[in-house]
Order: sequence, then C-alpha cells, then structure tokens
Amino acid sequence: MKYIIALIAGILSGAALFLLGLVYNPFIGEAALSPLATTDSKTLTLGYSAVASDSVMYTNDGESQVSPFPDKVQQLWEAPISQTNAMVTVLTDSRNQVAGMGIKMASAGENTRLLEGKALVNSVWYVYLPGRGSFFVEQTENYWGYLRDIILPAYRSSAGTWKGIWTGNVTSGPGTTGTARVSGGTGEFDGMEMLGVESLSVRTWRVSGGPLAADGWLTIEMPDDQLAAN
Amino acid sequence: MLAAAGALYTIPVVDQFREVSIVTVAPNGGNSELFHINIPADRVMIGATGKDGDVPLELAWPQDKVFENIGTEIFKVRNAKDAVIGVAARTVAKEGDTDLTDWVIHLPARGSLFVNMEPQPEAGRARIGKLRTGSREFGDLSGLIAESWVSGSASEDGVPRGRIELRADYVSASSLVGGRAEEQLR
Repeated sequence: MKYIIALIAGILSGAALFLLGLVYNPFIGEAALSPLATTDSKTLTLGYSAVASDSVMYTNDGESQVSPFPDKVQQLWEAPISQTNAMVTVLTDSRNQVAGMGIKMASAGENTRLLEGKALVNSVWYVYLPGRGSFFVEQTENYWGYLRDIILPAYRSSAGTWKGIWTGNVTSGPGTTGTARVSGGTGEFDGMEMLGVESLSVRTWRVSGGPLAADGWLTIEMPDDQLAAN
Repeated sequence: MLAAAGALYTIPVVDQFREVSIVTVAPNGGNSELFHINIPADRVMIGATGKDGDVPLELAWPQDKVFENIGTEIFKVRNAKDAVIGVAARTVAKEGDTDLTDWVIHLPARGSLFVNMEPQPEAGRARIGKLRTGSREFGDLSGLIAESWVSGSASEDGVPRGRIELRADYVSASSLVGGRAEEQLR
C-alpha cells in the first residue's frame, strides 16, 4: 500500500514540478519591443476596446469565459467553428476619433505547443475606414504571455480577478520578425502589401467574464514607396 | 515530470474538427468549391445605419456619422453537404459613387479568403469578386468568387428566405503568369 501511495504522490509532485517549470521557464519570453517600433515608414494606429460588451457584436461557442454580446446573438456552436470567435468593433484613430469598422475572426491554432511557450491563435482582421478604403490582416497570435501573466494569476486569486497593467504584442507571425501580413483591398490601400502588429493592454481580467478593462491596437506599417504609388 | 512532458508533447492541445473538403477540378484547370449560406438561419448579425431589421434585435449599431454608409453582415458558412464549416463577413459601403462589397471567409481548419467584389453584377449573372489574398491553405491561391442569391420559399413574416451561394474558383498563383488566373477561370 505504501508503495502505491508513494507512486501516486511521486506522479502528482512530478506533474506539479513540471507545470511550475513550464510556467516559469526562463527560456520562454516575449519580445518586449514591437517589431514596428523602429520603422522609418509611416504607421497607422487603430485602437479598439478588447472588452466584448464594448463591441458592436461578439460571439463564440457560448461556453467560453467571455459571453457573447448582445446576449441573444447566434452562437458558433457547430463543431468546425466551436473554437472560433467573431467580433465586430468600432476602430478609433490615434486621436481617439472614430475611424472605421473592424471585424476580427479568430480560431485556436493547431500548432499550439505549450512546451515551447506557444499558445497560438490564427486570426484575420477586416478593416474598413470610410473615405480611405479597406484592408485585410492575417496573423498568428501567441497568447502565452497573456495566459501566464494574467489568466493563471486570476485563477490563483481568491476573488478570481487579476488587476494590474499588462501590455504586450500578441502578433507572432506569419512574418519572421513577428509581424502580421497586411493586404490592401480598396481605396488608398489598393494593392499595398504591408506589415502589422496587434497589441493589447489589459487592466482587469476576471475568471467569469474574461477581460473587463482592456484595449487593443492594430499598428500598420505603410511603406513609403507604396504610399507614393497610390 | 517526463510523463507530463511526454503527454503534453504528443497529445494535441488544439484539434480543430474538420469536415471533408468538397473540391472539384475545373475543366480548364484550377479547383472549384461551392459554399452557401442559408438565409435567415445562418445570419449571425446584420447592422446598417437607418435600416430596420438589425440582427440580433438588441444590436446597437454605431450612430456615428462615419458609419452612415456601411452595412455589415456576419454569417455561418456551409459546404455543399450543408455542414457548417466557417464564418464569413460581408461588408457593403458607398465610396462616393462606387459601391464597395468585400467578403472575408474564415474556415478555422483551413484558412481565410479576402475577396473584393465588382460594384455591380453583370445583368442576369452572379456578382464576381477577385480573391485578393488568403491565409494558410489559401495563401498561394489566386482566383474568383461568384456570389449569387437563390430565392427560397415565400416567407410569411416578410423576411427574405433563400441562400447566398459563393462559388470559388482558384488556381495556384505561383503556377501562373500575372493576370492569367482571371482569364482562365472566367
């Protein structure tokens, strides 16, 4: 009997040590600086609220932490889309003025590798700025830092809430420097191939409800030669 | 510890459910795929300024002047076997005298398509759009999408019933010299 107890205790403590090592692995970290921070090109920054109830519409499978908004919006419950969420939101410019409409569709990434610090999401943005045109953003996002620094502490908290200031880039590809691929659609963006980065700033996160105070930004680098051509 | 590491390494954390792709080879080269959206069942959201009939009913469409000429719809997308396989967004806007219609089709297990439609459909024909770009499986493809409305049975509540058909014809962009994809697929 004592051997069985020792075996179970050994397995449990081994798994716990492994999880601790995984979460606090010093070799896994995110780049603190945006890949576009040092660009000489003109950039376009668009902000949005990352709180579902601040959006025009947010939906998912209806069983996730973040509840669909408005309440009666149709949920994405079918198996092929049950790990997907869709959001329609208002985008603001760098002066906090309404600039246009953004639609984001995101799905859990099958290339997620927690051992390597990759909690991946494949997402696309469609952005339409009235009077300027539309463009499409394709990206892989890595939420490992978000998971480790916000969600795990919230679960450990007796109140089930994390409060603080967390800011980070979530874009991790497909560009080799951790940038999103941005393709122009219409208007002044027609034919342009650009780079982008999405970042988040979270202040409050609750186990029941997800982000309660959070903002996001899309930063798009517009190469001067392509701007001149358009 | 080794067992936990081994389990995490071998067992996929995310495993997207896949419907079998129903793709046909076009006679003149390239592949064709038919998607459709059942209306109104697959409409997740519709919002536009100054128009009744927002879905869901509690939707608060932004009243800012910027949104005066924008309408957005979100749908579930089905394959030829009527199984839901993705989510799509259709945005309509007026840019001066020009009508803009863009589609984004997101298929979680495969990738996404971004399509700019022609302002007006040709008389009696489907509205044609150009595949601007795609992600993952669609990243190297070039082609056209044809959008058409197929009326269903008459509705009693005044809501149009039917389906939106999206026929995608695509070829590998790397195998073609510029411009030929459209000629080949039309």
